[in-house]
Amino acid sequence: MNRPQVLVAMSGGVDSSVAAALAVEAGWDVTGVHLKLADTPAHLQVQGKGCCTLVDADDARRVAGTLGIPFYVWDMAEEFRRAVVDDFAEEYAGGRTPNPCARCNERVKVVGLLARARTLGFDALATGHYARVEDGRLYRAADRAKDQSYVLYMLGPAELDHLRLPLGRMTKPEVRATAARLGLRTAAKPESFDVCFVPDGDTAGWLERRLGRRPGQVVDASGRVLGGHQGAYRYTVGQRRGLGIATATPRYVLRVEPAAARVVVGERAELAIRGVELERASATDGRGLRPGHARVRLRAHGQEAGCQVVPLGPEGSGVRLDLDEPVAAVAPGQAAVLYDGDLVLGGGTVAATVPAASSPGR
Amino acid sequence: MPYLDYAASAPLRAEALAAMLPLLQRPAANPSSQHGPGRAARAAVETAREQVAALVGAAPGEVVFTSGGTEADNLAVKGAVLARPEGARQLVCTAVEHHAVLDAAAWAEADAGARVALAPVDPAGRVDLERLAGLLEPGRTALVAVMAANNEVGTGQPVAAAAGLAHAAGAVLLCDAVQAAGLPGVDMGRDGIDLLALAAHKLGGPTGVGALVVRAGADLRPLLHGGGQERGLRSGTLPAAAIAGFGAAAAAALAERQAPGFAATLAGHRARLLAGLRALEPHLVVNGDPDAAAALPGLLSVRFPGRRAEDLLLLLDREGVACSAGSACASGAVTPSHVLLAMGRGPAEARETVRFSLGHASTEADVDAAVAAVRGALEVLAPQEAAR
Repeated sequence: MNRPQVLVAMSGGVDSSVAAALAVEAGWDVTGVHLKLADTPAHLQVQGKGCCTLVDADDARRVAGTLGIPFYVWDMAEEFRRAVVDDFAEEYAGGRTPNPCARCNERVKVVGLLARARTLGFDALATGHYARVEDGRLYRAADRAKDQSYVLYMLGPAELDHLRLPLGRMTKPEVRATAARLGLRTAAKPESFDVCFVPDGDTAGWLERRLGRRPGQVVDASGRVLGGHQGAYRYTVGQRRGLGIATATPRYVLRVEPAAARVVVGERAELAIRGVELERASATDGRGLRPGHARVRLRAHGQEAGCQVVPLGPEGSGVRLDLDEPVAAVAPGQAAVLYDGDLVLGGGTVAATVPAASSPGR
Repeated sequence: MPYLDYAASAPLRAEALAAMLPLLQRPAANPSSQHGPGRAARAAVETAREQVAALVGAAPGEVVFTSGGTEADNLAVKGAVLARPEGARQLVCTAVEHHAVLDAAAWAEADAGARVALAPVDPAGRVDLERLAGLLEPGRTALVAVMAANNEVGTGQPVAAAAGLAHAAGAVLLCDAVQAAGLPGVDMGRDGIDLLALAAHKLGGPTGVGALVVRAGADLRPLLHGGGQERGLRSGTLPAAAIAGFGAAAAAALAERQAPGFAATLAGHRARLLAGLRALEPHLVVNGDPDAAAALPGLLSVRFPGRRAEDLLLLLDREGVACSAGSACASGAVTPSHVLLAMGRGPAEARETVRFSLGHASTEADVDAAVAAVRGALEVLAPQEAAR
């Protein structure tokens, strides 16, 4: 039988370096590809900040050389800009809180790249994501602290059948040890954090440069003006700091209303929601989300809650999640991912939230 | 391995290797040293200087060895700007010059008080001489850059006519002949060229060495200061072995140009390649001068509508066929070629363009292997919409 031809996405970090190495050790016919996702001029790039710098491309190339595999750099900056960067700004401008990593996986890094790999005759795509694919289903990573299944929930059978995640059963220390054992130059490379195209981590400043100042008012739920702001996009549901208002008790952002340039704040208890409505919902088995009980994760690093899944119509339409217990601070735009134990059932984008019935703070 | 990427770098010629080896194996020798080994190294350098001069119709004393074509272009552009008083530092370049010229000019504009005007080209990539003439500012234009033939699409430029216009405006003419010095060839004297850039590795010499040929009397400031080598225009110990390889490659290229039938053979390979590709893809688009005789004989730039060049390249590489797509950026990704954009192509079209280039050791078998590999690649790649 022929060796499977596998394309490995190599960002230049330790995870995808080891994923490539394990793919080679597995005996697959491996080709590496690095995606150039940014157009930042080389002399403006800051080493170790964000991804897609020249250093990362060079690191990926050197690792590919060490592994003895062909290596290419593909310019997907335009796709990335359109599908991820522009979307990120538009979502914030619309008063939502996007997850750019999920978006990137959906449009560029996983689904987009996999389609291209298949077009080129590859049998599969391998990435350095921490999650498991077994029998065509998606599961959490063995290393719960590194689990990235949250940003892969949108994958369906068409993708999962051709996706290999070699790090799924490994812990981060094991990955680093493997990199060191194989002499990969990325073994001790630091983690990348934050949003890769906002390398200084100042999302508010990035948005302001992009969207301009859009001053408006900070109000309470009754509409009373408590202060002003320079752009509703600077605020996200649950935010407490930077509101620029002086009140006896801490106030939190309850809602962002960009059309009215209003930020609605209230007390902590008012953040509680008892349900969320999802749009663009999908199931990893491709058969639609079905009624029943599940666990839901509402942000990349946060608590999970039990919920009842309530489809609102035929497949492809909305889904409502009725939470077992109230959950605080959920913003439209975030991903909601459903689990049954370690199995990822699917998920969707939060379209709206249902406040808990009583507002004990008022 | 079928190598169809001569325009990126040509394989080292046996003559060049033979000229280099004794100098690499010999004891240390600085061509500037006043002793036997130094004189021997110096003799090799001077022989090479004569060989390079002969290739381009120059006097040996006009050859300034550099680290390559990029340095030669930079020395020409920046050196000419710095030799002029402020107010007389205008630069006119064709829009399809190599980045070594365009980016050096951009530097001069940003940091040395120069102004840059780009002369547009027609859809074949040929500079519009009337438009170029209209950009000249007599007394203020320092340098006009018109390459001999374009490295991406092969189109030849009217260098002699441009030189006449440049001289009438009091400017010097830079001809980047990095790609064209072998075939079809250039001649400093005949074409009125003041500054001519060369790179050894495009001729089958080693990388890391090139030359700027500076017509006697052309005013130029050096960029590298130090030991005063190369008439003070380019300080630095001369790499005797590399220069000897350059000279041998230049001599071999000149012999080829003069040999009956060599150009025709190369043109025949190109025609065979084009016919083979056309048979596979009837919608194939050829970039460059439709009159193949007016272009680089071994270069074929073609667009496969609906196929990404990156994808074709990967599939051809898997079959062991080497060619290239556009120009590579620092990260190694293929970026839309500024040459194709200047010729009026859209970014999507530019991304579908593949360059095959042939040279001194190319064979019909190379061509046939490339066509076979393209056949396989096209079977894999279904055409996609041009703009997604």
